[in-house]
Amino acid sequence: MGIASPRAGWWKEPIHKVELIWIIVAFLWGLGMFFMMIYWHGAGNQNLSNEAYRITPAAFAAKVDEMTEKYTVRQEGAFPVVRPPPGSDVYMMGRVYMWWPMLELVKGETYRLHLSSIDLQHGFSLQPVNINLQVHPGYEMVVTMTPNQLGQFGIVCNEYCGFGHHTMTGRIYVVDNK
Amino acid sequence: MTAASHFRTCPTTGLKIDRSAENLIKANAVVAVVFLLIGGLFGLSIALTRWPAVHLLPADWFYLALTAHGFDVLLAWIIFFEMAVLYFASAILLNSRIAAPRWGWAQFWLMLVGALMTNVAVLQGNSSVMFTSYPPLVAAPHFYLGLVLFAVGALIGCAVFFGTLVVARDEKTYQGSVPLVTFGAITAAIIAVFTLACGAIILIPTFLWSVGIISGVDPLMYKLVWWGMGHSSQQINVAAHVAVWYAIGAMVLGAKPISEKVSRMAFLMYILFLQLASAHHLLVEPGVSSSWKIFNTSYAMYLAVLGSMIHGMTVPGAIEAAQRAKGFNKGLFEWLRKAPWGNPAFAGMFLSLVMFGFLGGISGVVMGTEQINLIIHNTIYVPGHFHATVVAGTTLAFMAITYLLVPLIFRREVMFKKIAQWQPYVFGLGIAGISLFMMGAGTLGVPRRHWDITFADALSQFQFSPAAFLMLALNGLSAIVAAIGGAMYIVVVVCSVFLGRKIGDNEVVQLGPVSGAASAAAVARYGNEGTLKIPGTVVLVAVFFVSFVLYYFVNWKYLAEVWPLK
Repeated sequence: MGIASPRAGWWKEPIHKVELIWIIVAFLWGLGMFFMMIYWHGAGNQNLSNEAYRITPAAFAAKVDEMTEKYTVRQEGAFPVVRPPPGSDVYMMGRVYMWWPMLELVKGETYRLHLSSIDLQHGFSLQPVNINLQVHPGYEMVVTMTPNQLGQFGIVCNEYCGFGHHTMTGRIYVVDNK
Repeated sequence: MTAASHFRTCPTTGLKIDRSAENLIKANAVVAVVFLLIGGLFGLSIALTRWPAVHLLPADWFYLALTAHGFDVLLAWIIFFEMAVLYFASAILLNSRIAAPRWGWAQFWLMLVGALMTNVAVLQGNSSVMFTSYPPLVAAPHFYLGLVLFAVGALIGCAVFFGTLVVARDEKTYQGSVPLVTFGAITAAIIAVFTLACGAIILIPTFLWSVGIISGVDPLMYKLVWWGMGHSSQQINVAAHVAVWYAIGAMVLGAKPISEKVSRMAFLMYILFLQLASAHHLLVEPGVSSSWKIFNTSYAMYLAVLGSMIHGMTVPGAIEAAQRAKGFNKGLFEWLRKAPWGNPAFAGMFLSLVMFGFLGGISGVVMGTEQINLIIHNTIYVPGHFHATVVAGTTLAFMAITYLLVPLIFRREVMFKKIAQWQPYVFGLGIAGISLFMMGAGTLGVPRRHWDITFADALSQFQFSPAAFLMLALNGLSAIVAAIGGAMYIVVVVCSVFLGRKIGDNEVVQLGPVSGAASAAAVARYGNEGTLKIPGTVVLVAVFFVSFVLYYFVNWKYLAEVWPLK
């Protein structure tokens, strides 16, 4: 029994055939899942580059301001809506309690999205697409993103950041080029 | 040293029981159940707040309750209970005196003071930083201090456990190798040392930061080391509850492992690989490379998952073999149909096994896949997953073994037999619902730890689909069912321990259909290749495997539909 010492020589008893088959199947399945991740880095379209830099909150805020000044196309409530040129570096800043600024992107174009926070950790959660990234203060993450759907997308914060956490939102518009 | 009066002999199992070990087990188990009650009530209030039509708590109370819930059930309930399991698996199962019982009490009081200190900090309202307390979010200094005391106390408990193993070996209180259940507990304790050391290493500087002695804690470094505690401590649970599965199988049905070697190797894989799981929390983080993520998130090519998949076969296999040896040989599943489903220890154990594998295990591996994590990270899918592992898996297993500990250690008869019989089913149903509906809502993008997904007070609006709201409502209903199951457990256990009929010193307790000598005779005849067939288990494992593969690839399909990223 499992609660009593096994009889002497248990180490030499043969392994049951069914157990052995299952160990082999499970091991191979594990290898398959392991190589699937590597395979997707080559063949899949949804991967993180893991490009990241250390940056001070002030330096990141300055980059965001520069882009916002240059490319703001309209104002929506508290938020400027920024339409940077396709292919360019675009910035989004997490802070209590908003994702700043709103972006307007063109469908099918590729952007280098820079994410950082100027205060606490935040969770960048693009909905309903359902892309979720962790945003740290002091680290600038770069994600090369190609929006392939038209419409209005919400950004929710999904890392707890204080009592106003549930009011932290933002928006990305994806429009046609014409 | 080993005066005879320190021991009594258990009339049911024949084990020699050290009274100081017994008292430590009682104290830790009782405190554990108290924290389960407190943490469970916080949990219910959280689920009812997330049910949009009910929205029970105001925002600040919600975040406070969430912080308290995480600490009280994930750490306090489980680690106190694990201390009881460690003392049981060492001193009791090995017929030994416990090493340094005074240090055992130091473990108990340090953990208790630490747990109370952290709870006070949370209830004072200025430490609603969640269980994870990610910097730069800062809590009151005694929040961290309580956690550190708790961790140090638990480390002392592990030391007492290891000391007891040495004592038992020196004094030759057992023959040959330690029992499998003790081996599982050793696994848990080794992982616990790593875990608690990680906790101390990161929480001490965080404490110093909170009182202003050091200027800052890097948020990424914090996450990496903190999850060395946060996730690996869940692996203590896995090792401990798998040991509990084997223990219940043995005590209720006389089941013994199909082969000791395989079951022990599976535990060994936990020791070697489970601690890499910190990576599961860093898959969408900046500053960590993909090769690091892939190696660590897969526990070095899924070798720890392999350990769990092996237990997933050997535990039901052992039960099937024991049942067949008793003559339940008709067809594939007579052994399962005629299992003691009315015995709450067995029912709880088997439900724990099935739900841990199907709900917790599969979802865990899928969301721990580097790229798939992009569509799951920090959604409510995550708590959906770990309620299946920690609540359906660990908590249900611990509840199940309580039904054996009450008569054996507390020497009281379990009261309210009918309520006890139904308890694992009610609780299990509730937890299955909680897990599934949270995972469902997470698939729709609903964030975890979020007070209001209608975003009523937000500066810019977003609408989740009606299906997401439905999922949260069903989650709330399931939480009510689970809370009823939890209340049934607490009523039965507390009443039995304090008011139950005292069991006489020479009275034998009936743990299952077979116990003691009868089961030993029944199991003596199998255990070697060729002499036993477990076709029912093969079918169950095949169903599991097919579900696993299908669900895995369905999620790759979901991932392939989101915006291209590189």
